[in-house]
Amino acid sequence: MLTESEPHYRQPLLKTPFHERARALSQVDSFIPWAGYTTVDVFSFVEQEYFAIRNASTLYDLTPMVKYRIDGRDALRYLNRLMTRDIGKLKVGRVAYSVWCNDAGHLIDDGTVFRLGDTEYRLCTGERQLDWLLDSALGFDLQIDEVTEETAALAVQGPTSCAVLKNMGLGGIERLKPFELAHFALPAAIASDAQIMVSRTGFTGDLGYELWMRPEDAEAVWDALMEAGRYCAIRPIGSRALNMARIEAGFVLPNVDFVSGERTLRAGTERSPIELGLGWLVDLNKGHFTGRRALLEEQRRGPRRQLVGLDIEGNKPAHNALLYADKAGRRQIGSVSSATWSPTCKRNIALAMVDVPYIETGSTLWAEIYLNRELVWERRMARTHVVERPFFAPERRRLSPPADY
Amino acid sequence: MVSGGSGRHDAIIVGAGHNGLVAACYLARAGLDVLVLERNPYIGGAAVSRRLYDGFTYSNCSYVCSLLRTEIIRELNLPGYGLQIIPYEGGCTMMRDGGHLALYHNHDALRREIARHSRRDAESYERYLRDMLRQCRFIKPLLLREPPDPTSFKPRDIRELLYLGKHFHRLGEQRMYDTVRFWTMSCADFLDEYFESEIVKAHLAGSSIIGTALGPRSPGTAYVLLHHYMGNIDGAVGAWGFARGGMGAVTQALAASFQASGGSIRSGAPVERILVRNGRACGVVLESGEELLARIVVSNLDVRRTFLDIMNANDLPEEFVSQVRNFKIRGSSGKLNIALDGLPHFPAIPHGSPSIRGDLHVTDSIEMLERAYDDWKEGRWSRAPYIDMLMPSQIDPTLTPAGKHYMSVFVQYCPYKLADGEWDAARRQAFGRTVIDTIAEHSPDFKDLILHAEIRTPWDLENEVGLTEGNIFQGELTFDQLLFNRPIPGYAQYRAPVRGMYMCGSSTHPGGGVMGAPGANAAGAILRDLGRAH
Amino acid sequence: MSGASAGNASYDCLVIGGGHNGLVCAAYLARGGRSVLVLEAASQVGGAAITREFAPGFKVSACAHLLHLMPGSLIKDLGLDARGLQLAAAHMRTTAIAPDCPPLPIDAHDPTLLAARSAADAAALPAYRARLRRLAEALYPVLDTATPRLGTESWQDRASWLRIGWRIRRLGRRDMRELLRIGGMCVQDLLDEHFETPLLKGALGFDAVLGTSAGPRSPGSVFPLLYRMAAEVQGGSALAQPVGGLGALSDSLARAALAAGAAIRTSATVERIMVRDDRAAGVILKSGEQITATNVISNADPKTTFLQLLGGEYLDTGFVRRIAHLRARGVTAKLHLALNRLPQFTGLSDSALAGRLLLAPSLDYVERAFNHAKYREFSAAPIAEITVPTVNDASLAPAGRHVLSAVVQYAPYELAGGWQNERQRFVDLVIDALERCAPGLRASVEAVELLSPPDIEREFRISGGHWHHAELALDQFFIVRPVPGAAQYRTPIGGLYLCGAGCHPGGGVMGIAGRNAARALMREAA
Repeated sequence: MLTESEPHYRQPLLKTPFHERARALSQVDSFIPWAGYTTVDVFSFVEQEYFAIRNASTLYDLTPMVKYRIDGRDALRYLNRLMTRDIGKLKVGRVAYSVWCNDAGHLIDDGTVFRLGDTEYRLCTGERQLDWLLDSALGFDLQIDEVTEETAALAVQGPTSCAVLKNMGLGGIERLKPFELAHFALPAAIASDAQIMVSRTGFTGDLGYELWMRPEDAEAVWDALMEAGRYCAIRPIGSRALNMARIEAGFVLPNVDFVSGERTLRAGTERSPIELGLGWLVDLNKGHFTGRRALLEEQRRGPRRQLVGLDIEGNKPAHNALLYADKAGRRQIGSVSSATWSPTCKRNIALAMVDVPYIETGSTLWAEIYLNRELVWERRMARTHVVERPFFAPERRRLSPPADY
Repeated sequence: MVSGGSGRHDAIIVGAGHNGLVAACYLARAGLDVLVLERNPYIGGAAVSRRLYDGFTYSNCSYVCSLLRTEIIRELNLPGYGLQIIPYEGGCTMMRDGGHLALYHNHDALRREIARHSRRDAESYERYLRDMLRQCRFIKPLLLREPPDPTSFKPRDIRELLYLGKHFHRLGEQRMYDTVRFWTMSCADFLDEYFESEIVKAHLAGSSIIGTALGPRSPGTAYVLLHHYMGNIDGAVGAWGFARGGMGAVTQALAASFQASGGSIRSGAPVERILVRNGRACGVVLESGEELLARIVVSNLDVRRTFLDIMNANDLPEEFVSQVRNFKIRGSSGKLNIALDGLPHFPAIPHGSPSIRGDLHVTDSIEMLERAYDDWKEGRWSRAPYIDMLMPSQIDPTLTPAGKHYMSVFVQYCPYKLADGEWDAARRQAFGRTVIDTIAEHSPDFKDLILHAEIRTPWDLENEVGLTEGNIFQGELTFDQLLFNRPIPGYAQYRAPVRGMYMCGSSTHPGGGVMGAPGANAAGAILRDLGRAH
Repeated sequence: MSGASAGNASYDCLVIGGGHNGLVCAAYLARGGRSVLVLEAASQVGGAAITREFAPGFKVSACAHLLHLMPGSLIKDLGLDARGLQLAAAHMRTTAIAPDCPPLPIDAHDPTLLAARSAADAAALPAYRARLRRLAEALYPVLDTATPRLGTESWQDRASWLRIGWRIRRLGRRDMRELLRIGGMCVQDLLDEHFETPLLKGALGFDAVLGTSAGPRSPGSVFPLLYRMAAEVQGGSALAQPVGGLGALSDSLARAALAAGAAIRTSATVERIMVRDDRAAGVILKSGEQITATNVISNADPKTTFLQLLGGEYLDTGFVRRIAHLRARGVTAKLHLALNRLPQFTGLSDSALAGRLLLAPSLDYVERAFNHAKYREFSAAPIAEITVPTVNDASLAPAGRHVLSAVVQYAPYELAGGWQNERQRFVDLVIDALERCAPGLRASVEAVELLSPPDIEREFRISGGHWHHAELALDQFFIVRPVPGAAQYRTPIGGLYLCGAGCHPGGGVMGIAGRNAARALMREAA
């Protein structure tokens, strides 16, 4: 068996500090690469993992999230020039979801900004961005370091997640409001003299937290959570189950719902935050940021297409389906980027990029779906409606203090 | 080889290089009676597999494949005639201080490898790749098209110019500027816009100088980089591979395809002169004195050979002849083909790394490459040359006896004319020693493993293969010799200034490398002139 | 020199930097009815086109020392003749010099000496010049206006492209083909096609690489030559030397600006460009004083303008990245010698000494000189453009004494050994090289001044010390000069314009960038 000491040309993917725990619990040996790490796609059974998110508590290894420490006199000015949101409004101890664009106003990536101190921030993104972040730093007095490998991260999500963390000994966790972060001393039984940072953030659209810790504490924290959650039906989940939850929550995923504007080869495949329905993250009045002039122009012109939520008849997820204005399929007006059957809503849902004017809620479209009838394939035009997002948004995600279940 | 008979042929092609054979295939498939004439006793030009040492097959000129257009491979059914191209695994640049940079196919392995030198460069590499791929996408549709004459008002030229304009316009404003800058930049400046690590830049810059009489700091070398990048293997853009059985497999498959279409080839039949009567090419005279007649004559030779050596200047416009004289075709590369008793050890390459099966380079920095170029300008071979070496026998079992290896060593720079005298045996040996010593600095057992070494200078390349000055591209790939300027402004459409006479070698658009596009484009022009669909 | 006191008054236009382009721009704007204030950091206007005392009693033009690129129409528009611009010498001759080799006049004045060396070259030279001149004439209109953008819907841009295409087509098939061929070629190949005499080729090639980080073998080196000839074609003067040096030109430009109603403040260093609501709103001086204006036009180089005066926070990352990658490191130094007698160049006639001398004995010599610059070294055997301005204008030195002014390459901005340690060695090297052509020169030197690229950066506030503000190369020329997104004198910031040599069509004491910028601004505001 290959070991951690294997060089990169034999084993290109890194292992997270939770890898041994995850491997031990993996029943189907299903791993996928994510940002240079090997991570679990499915532990046991996707639907059960999914229901743990909506019914109990889940552990999801977030370590591959790329983390940057941004610190210095100009950090705020820098982030405000980088991000579409007004980071000036972000107080110490809070987290903001934001996106950033290139000069043309095309989305590069999304991520969360943690304000850790007066001049210290952490940026978490799905993909590596150092090239862009450093070029953006020209003329600003600050330091940017990638700290991905120095910080292990674990998402604890689900209706019982607050109870689990309380059980683990994080006293006062119930006072943490959405998008707040706090530091806790780890109980001595877990690690002596160690702190853990907890933010009330997540990618499930449900009640949940993200835990940020030193890699050397990772296994002890995992064990403590599994122990503390034993009576709250805690279980580890892989990316597949999380993906179902994030589609229900209406969140977009890079390389699935859009390709970074700094990565596209073809002209016209880039997407702006307005097109992706993230216009609420764009503050055109806060002062200059990269892409602002292009976005002003786009706002003036109006978007040509937009990401919308779809409710599709039938129960076959409309993966990569082409969308038409008419049942005959003469006029293509978009395509599906994410699709799933929603076990909670009992609806066949999808995220899709659709041309104006078909983006209005209530519009009827037709999705071209291929059905596998025991290897005899059939094409079906499924009636589809544009609906509001998110598809699922439970009250508990915002409730403070949260209930125990 | 089959003899062509003595009647008048529809077409005679002078030179059985890969472009000559590609053109021949397309003409024969269109129903023409085509005869290919080759001076050497073997066909293939510079794409050959040769047994120059017992049991070893050398790709003794061109040695790797990527640029050969997929359209040509499919249309001429080359796989049906035995052509197999197998991608090789990454590569490695070794530095004098023992350090190295490997290029791995696996995305994450590559990122971590580059990050050993610079974390930032590991990420900038994505932007670099994006921009190279964008340029590849831009240039690809232009390769199999006849360049328009921008001074012409003919409908076809105007149509092609409009096509070019539209194709360019589709990039969108910013990428149009990026493209303008890319085509005019030096490779060193281009790479400076992405990378900070010297070894990363040096590794990538190698492709910008191979075969050219320019240094990495010369404007225009970013394009040369692209020229080596725009090929693909099975859709993997920029990938390079080995032809199973050596590069001769390419021309053997072409010859077989050609013969299956009814064409004939005569090797050992050097052409003395192209016959022109009443302002029209009408055949050739062989050195043996034999006259062969044809309706059209196509030359696969470079333009200098074609118009200055085997044509009579009186048959050509005076200004054209002087432009041909000014056509830049400068030998700058040497080659060693080495039979090895075993696999040499390169301490810089980590044990178990697949890069030993890729292309291996020795260089430290762009400055070292540029200084190697300065040597060439002064008429001497580089004292610290850039080397591109491969051992295809690790992948291709047909080349050597089991356990032995063939190493192809491409050397940049090596001048055609030496400042201190003519090439002779002693100087050739000295050049070979410089190269072998350079490799031996990186491989302690290398010298002991050498069973046989063939040393080839540009002078040898000219004399054996017929490439003027030993230039591997049949003409420099500089702005003044690209697109509608290649080979001569006004004559970029494969037609010579004599009726019935065409050019199909790498001297024409889109230039050198085993690409086949000049041959295919020339055939297209000929068939159009004959009123036949291509 | 000072116009109206500015106080907190608001202007239509503020021009940052009173270099020749800034002054030309100010003059045209003021003539167009705009209220204009020029802010110059130095105590006198002129930027790098000034005359200054480098040794007691010895004066010299600081950077460029000849006037030949400024369009006649500009000189006429601004009435510079009437405002003090007088020529001490015009139609100056060019002579190639080399050690151990008699000087060779390379202009049309006297073909006999060339004919004696090579009849073929003497015969080829007029045709070569005539053809380049035809090509250059076709290109001049391209210089004289803002460049069109690519890929826009604007009919103006499209019309502009059609005009350019038409100009080039009108050359006729042969010349058009030649232009498209040699436009990207290296000057060595071009000259090798035409000539055989090394000294002639060296001197003709010199003008192609003057001021650029290129050697005669660098592809694209023909085009700076065409560009220079294109400007010369419309130039108000052939090679000329203003009375009082190039500073006199700047003074006359300042007078023209003042006469048109512009105000000029010297010793007023701009610290920042103010931005309000995404528009340039004025400037803040080093003193803290704020001056508001509707438009701000920067004569400073692009890097200084965008990265120092404006700052990245008002710009997009991709744009800043392009500015950061703009190549703008000088390779050209200026050497001034105060001499106690007239230099004696071996075999050189008096009339030739009144002209310009080119030390570039062969193309190989020039290329070898360039080799060093690639490795952050200065040339062991430098090339130089030399004038002895005191021959034509005695006012520049005490009676009987002389000034030698030499533009010297290659002297890279970044030197491996550092300019602090190496400058004396460089000075000695250049004087040695001159001494070989003018024996006894060294003994007659009373004082020496060297302006290395870092000196030029410091003294004239040009980032990188590059005479052209940005390297003159094909990838930084025309529609991509200085960078895409700022190539039409406009910048991404409304109301902020560029007018310096970093813009199209580039440097040299030409003034076209300043005039084009003023026109672009007035057209936009109209």
